[in-house]
Amino acid sequence: MNVFIDNKRGAPIYDQIYSQIKAQIINGELKEDEALPSIRNLAKDLRISVITTKRAYDELEREGFIYTLPAKGCFVAPKNVELLREESLKKIEEYMQKIAQLAVSCGLSKEEVVEMFMMNWEE
Amino acid sequence: MNALEIKGLTKAYRDFRLDSLDLVLPSGCIMGLIGENGAGKSTTIKLILNTIRRDAGTITIMGKDNRKNVQLMKEDVGIVLDDVGFPECLTGKQVGKIMRNTYRNWDNKAYEDYLRKFSVPMDKEFKDFSRGMKMKLGIAVAMSHDPKLLILDEATSGLDPVVRDEVVEMLNEFTRDEGHSILISSHIVSDLEKLCDYIAFLHKGKLLLCEEKDALLEEFGIIHCAPETLRELDASAVKGKKETAYGAEAIVKRNAVPVGMDVSPIGIEELFVFMVKEGK
Repeated sequence: MNVFIDNKRGAPIYDQIYSQIKAQIINGELKEDEALPSIRNLAKDLRISVITTKRAYDELEREGFIYTLPAKGCFVAPKNVELLREESLKKIEEYMQKIAQLAVSCGLSKEEVVEMFMMNWEE
Repeated sequence: MNALEIKGLTKAYRDFRLDSLDLVLPSGCIMGLIGENGAGKSTTIKLILNTIRRDAGTITIMGKDNRKNVQLMKEDVGIVLDDVGFPECLTGKQVGKIMRNTYRNWDNKAYEDYLRKFSVPMDKEFKDFSRGMKMKLGIAVAMSHDPKLLILDEATSGLDPVVRDEVVEMLNEFTRDEGHSILISSHIVSDLEKLCDYIAFLHKGKLLLCEEKDALLEEFGIIHCAPETLRELDASAVKGKKETAYGAEAIVKRNAVPVGMDVSPIGIEELFVFMVKEGK
């Protein structure tokens, strides 16, 4: 498992850990039921606060990407197809919003954007 | 269990007063005690170590009153002050020998491992040590008698960046054990910021705040904007500001500014400076 912490980046550190682990679970680098490092060890290896790391794990668990066994640690949860689909939908929506903003800012109409998209799709 | 609990701690000097201080350091955590020179950091630490008499308040270490069982407390607490003082003619090895007969739980192997790992010479006399070596030796001694709580007073000030980094590494290794906690006081925090779980601001003998670091960084942010835009903001959102002819900079509460405003993250040090200045 790879985790990179970038202090200069605006995103909070817990968020950086959360999104990197999540990405690795989604793209299959982290396999189902694979053990994750303990919260304390990960924090110490990355030289960051334990509370920060715990927060990242809590978030992952709440969204169903990992599960905890008492006294054993955290593991990658079985992939949930529905969850992945929802993730992708959320992302698509985000991009669409950006497209809409850009289109408005340069005076493109809805029809023109749709046409551009259709052309792209067919390629 | 809490590693350290301070309640209503008060100590008055003629021209300084530590005023009813409350602090809680949960076991397994690292707390950064931050304050400018003369804010009361060292007074607090001296009171914890019971080397000066308090006027009021209670201090419990690992659940025990720090004035009872003084001997036990000294076994459980590792201390590093800003000036590490060992007899000048002793070598690292000899310091180990003395400590073996001082502390019940002295682990000489761990001690020598620390020295090797952080390249502190074993056979050099203390008087020929650089400041960085002295500090690393001090920390190695403090960590090798199996303490539960490590207290450091200005341990990284006056050290070069490489040694500071090694000190941070030592502290990091120490807290890998979840029964180990650290209280570290400093006026420079940049290198400790990442490590700390809790941050306490001390100013003129008063505790300005004591919070989880993440919560603190999340609550506040910094904005850069035109002075007019700043004036339109709700007064309660702005915690401190700096205006120049070319724009304004302000510390704001993230949840109190309009959505869509570009709020950048803030460092602990900046936040502290703004807060102290506002308090004046």
